[in-house]
Amino acid sequence: MVGKAVSARDEILARLRTALADSPPPVQVPRGYRRVDHRSDVIETLVDRLEDYRAVVHRGIDALPRLLGAVDRLAVPTDVPANWLAGYAGEVHRDAPPLSPAALDDLDAVLTGCAVVVADTGTIILDAGPTQGRRALTLVPDRHICVVRTDQVVGLLPEALTRLDPHAPLTWISGPSATSDIELNRVEGVHGPRRLEVVLISPDDEVVPAGGSGV
Amino acid sequence: MSHPVAPATGGGRIRTPLPFPTAAKPAVADTQLRANLHRATRTIRAKRARVVDEVPDWEALRDAGSAIKADVQRRLPELLEQFEASATAAGATVHWARDAAEACRIVVALTRATGADEVVKVKSMATQEIELNEALEAAGIAAYETDLAELIVQLGDDTPSHILVPAIHYNRAQIREIFQRRMADAPADLSDEPAALAEAARAHLRRRFLSARVAVSGANFAVADTGTLVVVESEGNGRMCLTLPETLISVVGVEKLLPTFTDLEVFLQLLPRSSTGERMNPYTSMWTGVTPGDGPQDVHIVLVDNGRSAVLADPVGRPALSCIRCSACLNVCPVYERAGGHAYGSVYPGPIGAILSPQLTGVADNASLPYASTLCGACYDVCPVKINIPEILVHLRQQAPHPPVERAAMRVLSWVMRSPRRWAAALRLARAGAGPLGAYRERRTGARTLRRLPWPASAWTRSRDLPLPAPQTFREWWGKQ
Repeated sequence: MVGKAVSARDEILARLRTALADSPPPVQVPRGYRRVDHRSDVIETLVDRLEDYRAVVHRGIDALPRLLGAVDRLAVPTDVPANWLAGYAGEVHRDAPPLSPAALDDLDAVLTGCAVVVADTGTIILDAGPTQGRRALTLVPDRHICVVRTDQVVGLLPEALTRLDPHAPLTWISGPSATSDIELNRVEGVHGPRRLEVVLISPDDEVVPAGGSGV
Repeated sequence: MSHPVAPATGGGRIRTPLPFPTAAKPAVADTQLRANLHRATRTIRAKRARVVDEVPDWEALRDAGSAIKADVQRRLPELLEQFEASATAAGATVHWARDAAEACRIVVALTRATGADEVVKVKSMATQEIELNEALEAAGIAAYETDLAELIVQLGDDTPSHILVPAIHYNRAQIREIFQRRMADAPADLSDEPAALAEAARAHLRRRFLSARVAVSGANFAVADTGTLVVVESEGNGRMCLTLPETLISVVGVEKLLPTFTDLEVFLQLLPRSSTGERMNPYTSMWTGVTPGDGPQDVHIVLVDNGRSAVLADPVGRPALSCIRCSACLNVCPVYERAGGHAYGSVYPGPIGAILSPQLTGVADNASLPYASTLCGACYDVCPVKINIPEILVHLRQQAPHPPVERAAMRVLSWVMRSPRRWAAALRLARAGAGPLGAYRERRTGARTLRRLPWPASAWTRSRDLPLPAPQTFREWWGKQ
């Protein structure tokens, strides 16, 4: 069999092996950087960093009814805790069956929880787990209200990674959508949600799974 | 295969069509461009310095980042196979492209297979490098850039001039003018406030995002042990493209690998602070193959060589593959700040471009780029993965073709300087040759220098003065004491 075409894959791998003919020595990666944060004021750091990037921070589950009072049409994941919506009089749009992008675009806000939060950088991480829903839900509505339990907050980024499942679709959010593309000045508000509001609650705030009776 | 396969150089937009000094001339004379670049680079330098200074373990992170990348290069073939297996197991389809043209063919074929005649694009250096937009257009597929700066460049029929901010060469008034001229739905009374310009881009792209069927992205990182791709962005255009369409095609250079998911803890600290000068960029998306019911259900990854194997083959130049495209080296470079990105010809401008482009194409095809530097070393100081750019520049200068006259002169000089006796004699001869000229010039101009030499040495004195020999050498002076 003469002239059988070599696949691009095999050719590229062969090129790379030839390129390494000098057999570079093994590399020991020095991991002298901080992997755990020992500071006691993690929550205060988080609030500082969130506000620095123009997210609005509210404290306590009691802040929710007041916040939601100004929202007419609210998107929520299917497993939103019932007590988050206590007293809410507007339209609740559950993501079941999945809301179309156009339908999501018509809603005023989305209410979700999160997976992990990094205080040092003010970063909220969503992993499509409980109380978060799929990725489109937190992307299309122009306002994202995110409930953060204080026991979900870690100090440093390496601490957050150990809590995440790499196979889940992950969205890391640090402040509202922004751009630095014009004269390298940061401007908030482009394609993602232009308003990010964070409600910090204590782990003791009772979480009651919602019933199936959404509007 | 029994015979070894040689590493190959690449094609696409990585060749400078003109020598750097020629290409830089109009840019250096453009006072508006110089003002725009000065302002933008000064802003970003200050922001970066502030957020880097607040990290107590910054140097430890740089050491780790540098070592992880060196490890990736050493194990690149096995890590690529591992990545392919992980991503495939998670539901992605992995394709391989030897060069720019093959990568473009793959993306065109994948897009056609969906029946779509347009794609939305996330900002990606790899797709700029392979000139994908041109290939899609030639195939009758419209490619819409969705990053604000890429949109500005695309509407202005221009090419990117910076890795992070492709439209860095425009100021707000120029951007407003481009929007009014080329964006049909721009408001008539559009102001040049950055917030208003961003709002216009949002409105312009909204409908396109919500209806797009195919998206094309690059990736900042590809994780070998999990098959995960990572895109780091600011505006949310990335999230739109990576989440809403049915089909997602990601074009990824083979050097983008990281061995493990845990290694992201290093790079996601290094990259945002080095590039936009933020503690963290607004949005980072990570996806591993297909997630049922969430995001694109048809996920493709195109792994591209296009010259990277040639870079890997040079043990001195190899660390150029560590680059994470943060652009910190551009922002501190005195040459970039004055010449701008277009002078470098390639999509990779600035100090990293001066070492990456010539290695991707072969030095002979980009011979002027290793000289587009003062070797001041600022780029090395800020590089988050500690690429010794000045060292590689000097290495590449040695490989660049030199004219026979220069080579002969250097051989003579080397012979003279190898012996103290010959060197002392040469100095005496030079002093005799210069005669009373030095004293005369010193009286006339206050310096023992010549402004202009006759041709062909005039090329050397075009931008320098020639110092004349001192009246006595240090050794002569010492001998008299």
